[in-house]
Amino acid sequence: MNLAYRDVRHNLFRFVLTCLGLSLLMAVVLAMIGIYNGLVADALNIVKAPQADLWVVESGTQGPFAEASKIPGRTRDAVARLHGVAEAGSITYQTVEARHAGETLRLYVIGYEPGRPGGPQTIAEGRGITQTHFELVADRQTGLVVGDRIRLGRNSFAVVGLVEDTMNSGGDPAAFITLPDAQTLQSQLAPPAQRVQTARGAGLLKSADTVAAVIARLEPAADPLGVATTVRQWKHLGALTQAEQEAILIGSVVDRAKRQIGLFLGILLTVSAVVIALIIYTMTMEKLKQIATLKLIGAPDRTIVSLIVQQSLALGMVGWSFGLILILLVKDYFPRRVVLEPVNAAALGGIIIVVCIVASGLGVRAALKVDPATAIGG
Amino acid sequence: MDDARQPLIEIAGVSKHFGEGEARVDALRDIDLTVRRGEVVALLGPSGSGKTTLLNVIGCIIAPTVGRVTLDGELVYDNRALRGDLRRLRLDKIGFIFQFHNLLPFLNARDNVALVLTLAGRSSVEAQERAVELLDYLEVGHRKDAMPALLSGGEAQRVAIARALANSPRIILADEPTAALDSKRAGIVMDLLRKLAAEQDACIVAVTHDEKIYDRFDRLFHLRDGVLEDQEEEVS
Ligand SMILES: Nc1ncnc2c1ncn2[C@@H]1O[C@H](COP(=O)(O)OP(=O)(O)OP(=O)(O)O)[C@@H](O)[C@H]1O
Ligand SMILES: [Mg+2]
Repeated sequence: MNLAYRDVRHNLFRFVLTCLGLSLLMAVVLAMIGIYNGLVADALNIVKAPQADLWVVESGTQGPFAEASKIPGRTRDAVARLHGVAEAGSITYQTVEARHAGETLRLYVIGYEPGRPGGPQTIAEGRGITQTHFELVADRQTGLVVGDRIRLGRNSFAVVGLVEDTMNSGGDPAAFITLPDAQTLQSQLAPPAQRVQTARGAGLLKSADTVAAVIARLEPAADPLGVATTVRQWKHLGALTQAEQEAILIGSVVDRAKRQIGLFLGILLTVSAVVIALIIYTMTMEKLKQIATLKLIGAPDRTIVSLIVQQSLALGMVGWSFGLILILLVKDYFPRRVVLEPVNAAALGGIIIVVCIVASGLGVRAALKVDPATAIGG
Repeated sequence: MDDARQPLIEIAGVSKHFGEGEARVDALRDIDLTVRRGEVVALLGPSGSGKTTLLNVIGCIIAPTVGRVTLDGELVYDNRALRGDLRRLRLDKIGFIFQFHNLLPFLNARDNVALVLTLAGRSSVEAQERAVELLDYLEVGHRKDAMPALLSGGEAQRVAIARALANSPRIILADEPTAALDSKRAGIVMDLLRKLAAEQDACIVAVTHDEKIYDRFDRLFHLRDGVLEDQEEEVS
C-alpha cells in the first residue's frame, strides 16, 4: 500500500488547496517567463520581418529602432547598384496615434516600397498592398478587420489585409503602408516649426524624400561585412548587418526591460523555491509523530523517505501542471504577447523537481533523526 | 514444561543515563529482570522513575549505557548494540501498544494492521486477510473500514492491539495501555492481553498506574529512581 497516496487522500482537501496555491505561484512564474520571451520575440520580429541582410542608416546612429535615422530616399538606388546586393528597399518607421471606432489607436506605421524588401512577410487574412496609395495592412492586435477604413493624417486608408505578431518593442501593433503614403504622413504629422520651414521652400526637396533606412538583401555569395564596410565609406551613411541590428535591439532597446523582468523572475523563482521548501518541510514536521510510529512498528527508512519524497514531488508536479494549464488558458488575454516555449515549461518543471527533492531532503533529515521513542510519549 | 518457563526477556546489569555532568540523569541503575513465556508483568513506579526508559530498552528503541539485553534467546546488547537492523528485530519479535493508540490517521483500521504485515514481507492479499481475522478476533471486525479518528477509544485501542499482535511477536510491550480507557474497558483489554499471551506463548510487559488492574498481572515490578525494588510476590 502506498502511504504517500493514502496520506494525500486522507488530507485531500488540504492537499488540493496547497496545490492550488502553488499552481497560482507557478502560473505567475510562467507568465513572467512568457512576457519576457514575448518582449524579446516582438522586438526581434520587427527586425526580422524584412528578412534583410544589411541595414543602411544615417551615419553615427544605431537606427532605425534604437535611434532616429534619416537618410535620403535616393540612397536605395546607390545601395541596389552595389556589388553583391540582390535587392534593396527604402523603409520608414513612425509611431502614429489614430482614432478608430471611438478609441485612440497607437500604430507603428511602416512605410515600404511594394515589390521591394521591407513589406509584410505573410498575410494572415486579406491581401497585400497592391495600390500605390491609401491601402493598409495591419497587425491583428490593432483590432482592425479587412474592409475597415482608418484615418491617418489627412488621408483615409482601406484595410486590405492583416498580419500577426508584428509590433515594435513598445508593443504598438504595426501597420504597413506604401513609402509615398508614409512620407506624406510624416510631413503632415511633423511638428509645426518644421512644417513652416518646409513651406518656406528651404529644405523642401531635401526633406520630402527622406527614409529611415534602406534594407538590402545580398547575393548568397556576398559577405555582409564587406558590403557594410563599403557603405560606411560613403558620406553620411552607416551600415549594420542583420546580426548587428538584432544585437543592438537586444542590447539597447530590450536590454533594460529584459533585465528588469529577468531580475523579477529571479526573485519570483527564489520566492517560489522558498515557499515550496517551507510547505514540504512543515508537511513533514507535522508528520513527525506518525513517522516515529512507523519507525516503532519497524518500517525501514526506505518507506519513510519515499513517503516524504513522493508527496513533495506530487505536490510540485500537480502545482506545476495546474499552473501550466492556468497560464495556457489565460495567456491570450494579456495585452502583449506571452510566448511560452515547451522548453521553458520543462525547465521550470526541472527546477521544481530539484527544489522538491532538496526540500524533502531537509524533511527526510529531520524524519530520520526523529527518535521512535517520541511515538510512545509519557 | 521446562520449555514453557523459557525466558523471553533477560536484562542483566542494565544502566542508562541521559546527559553528562550537571545535567546527568540516571534513569536506570543496574537493573536485572527476567520475563518468561506466558507471563504478564507490570512495571509500576512514580513518574520519572524510569518505567518508559526500561520499556524502551527492552524494545530496542534506546540503547542501554551498559548491560546485557537478551531477547528470545538472542543477545541483542552487550554493552553495545550487536544487531544493525533493530527495526527488523522489532518488526519480527516485538509488538508495541501505546497509551494513546498511535494508529496512523490516514489508514483505516484494517490497513493499519495490514501495514505491519506487508512490512514484514507478507503479500498484500494475505495481509488484508490476516488483518481482518485479527480484528474479528479482537471484536472490532465490524469497524475495519473506519478511519482511526472515527473509532471510540476502546475500539482504537483494540485495533492498536491487533497491530501489535499482527506479526505474532514473542514480546508485547505496553506503555499505559489502559490509561485512555475507563476501568471497565481497561479490565476487558487486560483480560484480552492475558488471553493472547497464553495463546501465543508470548510475554507482556506493561507500564501502568492503574491500581484497579493490578490483579490482572502475574508479577509486579516497582521502579524507584531507576532502581528495581524487591519483586513482589506473584499476585495470582
Ligand atoms: N531522552 C531523554 N533525555 C534526558 N532525560 C530523559 C530522557 N528520557 C527520559 N529522561 C529522564 O529519565 C528519567 C526517567 O524517565 P521515564 O520516562 O523513564 O520515566 P517514567 O517512569 O516513564 O515516568 P512517567 O510515569 O511520567 O511516564 C526522568 O527523570 C526523565 O526526565
Ligand atoms: Mg512513561
